[in-house]
Amino acid sequence: MPKKINVLNHVLVPQHIVLSREDAIKILKKMGIKKKELPWILASDPAARAVGAKPGDVIMIIRESPTAGKSITFRYVMPG
Amino acid sequence: MELYDESTKVVAGLKFGLLSPEMIRKISVAKIDTPELYDEEGLPIPGGVMDRRLGTIEPGVRCATCGNTPLNCPGHFGHIELARPVIHPEFAKYIHTLLRATCRRCGRLLLQPDKIEKNRKRMEALGKHWIMLKYRFAEAIQKEAASINSCPHCRAPQYKIKFEKPYIFYEERDGILVKLSSAEIRERLERIPDEDLELLGFNPKDARPEWMVLRVLPVVPPAVRPSITLESGDRSEDDLTHKLVDILRVNQRLRENIEAGAPPLIVDDLWGLLQYHVATYFDNELPGIPPARHRSGRPLRTLAQRLKGKEGRFRGSLAGKRVDFSARTVISPDPNIGINEVGVPIDIAKVLIVPEKVTPWNIEEMRELVKNGPNRYPGANYIVRPDGARIDLRYVKDLEGLAQTLKPGYIVERHLRDGDIVLFNRQPSLHRMSIMAHIVKVLPYKTFRLNLLVCTPYNADFDGDEMNLHVPQSEEARAEARSLMLVQEQILTPRYGGPIIGAIHDYISGAYLFTRKDTIFDKNSASQLLYIAGYEGDLPEPAILKPGPYWTGKQLVSIFLPDDMDYVGRASVAPASGQCDEEFCENDGYVLIRNGKLLTGVFDKQALGAEKPETVLHEIVKEYGTEKAREIMDTMFRIFIAYLDMHGFTMGIDTIEIPESAIKDIEDILRKAEEDVQKLIDQYLSGELTPMPGKTRRETLEELIMQRLAQARTEAGEIASKYLGMTNHAVIMAKTGARGSMLNLTQMAAVLGQMSIRGKRIERGYIDRTLPHFRQRDLSPRARGFVYSNFSKGLRPTEFFFHAISGREGLVDTAVRTAQSGYMYRRLANALQDFYVAYDGSVRTSEGFIVQLRYGEDGVDPARSDHGRAVNVDKIIKKVLARRGEK
Repeated sequence: MPKKINVLNHVLVPQHIVLSREDAIKILKKMGIKKKELPWILASDPAARAVGAKPGDVIMIIRESPTAGKSITFRYVMPG
Repeated sequence: MELYDESTKVVAGLKFGLLSPEMIRKISVAKIDTPELYDEEGLPIPGGVMDRRLGTIEPGVRCATCGNTPLNCPGHFGHIELARPVIHPEFAKYIHTLLRATCRRCGRLLLQPDKIEKNRKRMEALGKHWIMLKYRFAEAIQKEAASINSCPHCRAPQYKIKFEKPYIFYEERDGILVKLSSAEIRERLERIPDEDLELLGFNPKDARPEWMVLRVLPVVPPAVRPSITLESGDRSEDDLTHKLVDILRVNQRLRENIEAGAPPLIVDDLWGLLQYHVATYFDNELPGIPPARHRSGRPLRTLAQRLKGKEGRFRGSLAGKRVDFSARTVISPDPNIGINEVGVPIDIAKVLIVPEKVTPWNIEEMRELVKNGPNRYPGANYIVRPDGARIDLRYVKDLEGLAQTLKPGYIVERHLRDGDIVLFNRQPSLHRMSIMAHIVKVLPYKTFRLNLLVCTPYNADFDGDEMNLHVPQSEEARAEARSLMLVQEQILTPRYGGPIIGAIHDYISGAYLFTRKDTIFDKNSASQLLYIAGYEGDLPEPAILKPGPYWTGKQLVSIFLPDDMDYVGRASVAPASGQCDEEFCENDGYVLIRNGKLLTGVFDKQALGAEKPETVLHEIVKEYGTEKAREIMDTMFRIFIAYLDMHGFTMGIDTIEIPESAIKDIEDILRKAEEDVQKLIDQYLSGELTPMPGKTRRETLEELIMQRLAQARTEAGEIASKYLGMTNHAVIMAKTGARGSMLNLTQMAAVLGQMSIRGKRIERGYIDRTLPHFRQRDLSPRARGFVYSNFSKGLRPTEFFFHAISGREGLVDTAVRTAQSGYMYRRLANALQDFYVAYDGSVRTSEGFIVQLRYGEDGVDPARSDHGRAVNVDKIIKKVLARRGEK
């Protein structure tokens, strides 16, 4: 059996963090948007699976950006 | 204003479905069954496709259904009862998937009952929130069901369904292909229960699959297929009418044959023909069948053709339309108008109109315009009274009298005149600078005139280019154009932040010559040049007092620079190898501006050039604003052209002439290279050549030869350059960045070098050789496309041929590239067109979904950034240091 690989350890995969319900609500409130207006990510996405995200969760992604240095973005987890 | 008075309703949603036969009959106002159009008197036959009940388009006749005049009658649908069902070609694909996924006997979905139940639950859950996923799931079910070959419900064996485009289906029974008739297909589709259809992604309420097999055909009203009466009195019918007549004719024959009990062979034949006509009625470009043709042999333009493609209803009539208040003509250059201006021919200015409201302050002026009427410039073409009545001044006898009746509140639609704002556009409109606002200057003759500096953003030249001009009609539009779209507001490109409007060609040559160390002027010529720039003010203290007062070009340029400007940079002419970071530079390449005075350095492409960021010009736009930049381009830049005229600037055959001895030297270099190449070839043939990593021995040889020959050309170029100094006008153009390169000059004066296809030496042609002039397997430079001649001497026949090969490749590449990038651009523009940056800085789609939380992740406008960064610390430090050095 092939060894299980954690995609999060790959250099090209940015940091994914599942937000708690409270944090997610706080952030959405700050941006003044509904969950569904966020970009989506499938629950079957390898990175989403690696952090154990369930449909309805919000994932925070922190990545290096050539223009902004560090950029933070969010994903709404969709079933699939 | 009238626009907003109409009562409006909000579209809550759109639903697409299939028309059921019952629905088609209900919509229909007339059953159409006669292939004849008109009787002997030329009146439409009831029951024919031009039946009066479908609405009429002839003036003076009223619609037999709604009683309206042609203008008010929207037209009404009719219907044809088809003698036998036929497949709608656009739905054949779906029929195929349904036939495969359901039982041929009982019509059930080919899955175990428990599995059906499980999938139904899943579908319901998905359908609540994720409709897209629901359909994806339905596709998976379709696929799974299609793979089953025995019905789990009635045990009937299933056969493979073969679909032959565009509308023929076969069933493979024990290796024999049996054709399925449309009637049979329809029966099978009818048997599929509603519940199973839902699992397959269909909505049985709005789209029962048997409706995809037509029994009744809607007849479109004549309003969408108007007939034209020719001068001879003959009628010419629309393609759709012809097609409908064809359908009716075959339909009638088919019905008669069936009723007469004709042999099935004949009936099937006619049935196939009916199917063909109905299919081509929908789409006449179906793959696999010949298009239906007009008597003249021209393919008919049927429903799908009306919608599809560039000239179709969507791209041609809805997404793009022809507009009023616009003009198009050839463009030509005018260096004497400002960059914000556009020269409009007087004949065009008399046709394009601007509505102007009469007020107590302009009433006299408006009266004058009305008096002049439509033919005398400046005049007016229409008057709109407050009650909305339009008066066409072409037909007014007493203009004088009419002018006196003008009162505040009237609108005068006057001719375009100097100072009006217009939009100017050159296709292809690839970036926002392709449409810019200009200020009108009415000029004689028949071309649009534009300043040479705006050629770059429009990508225009004057070899016959045409451009379009649009006149904004509302005060809001004019204000918006003036403050956002005016040329000077577009100097900085949002692509990378540099100025896209700047010096080109002669402006650069002129700027260089003008700011050179040895350029000095006496009082006369200095005054003359400053006058050309429109400068009104004192001359500065002359730099040279003996033998008389003389001013340097640098001094005159400094007059126009902002008084407190500081700048440090390098010129294009500065040698690449360092050294020029100090004041003492061999070509005066160290550009230093302090307190608005150009102290050292020359102005060339690196200082004022278009499409060059981090230049003097860029600095001026950013630090002193677009107005200052515009002013400099309309004044200082004009001096450069004037000086170039004064100085004289030309190039001829003698410009690229080098002495006999230099030609000898170049020949020696080439001979030496040839010998080296021969050595490499010998090494290769004797097997001594060691291959480079990742390459074969042959590839290694080619690589080494290419390297050696490239080196030879560089050396030859250097020899030639020695005799072509900065006094040479061609060299000035190349070194300052005005036009051409040193490589171009090398090719003219010394040697053309290696011709190539796809980056390789030329190898193709005959067996083991490029041309019959050479021996087979000859690897020498001459036999593989190295051109020893130069353009000045002329090419040998074989060389000329190699050169043509290489040239053709370049041509083909550009053609392919433009086509490919054009298509890619179209798709990108369509995909991104309604994204916008919201007030919170996020990028959103038209539905409000977030694409980027912050525009570009950092919220920086590239047009106002330093190479994408909000602040450039290095530059600030450099500037501060320059200031400090002043102390």
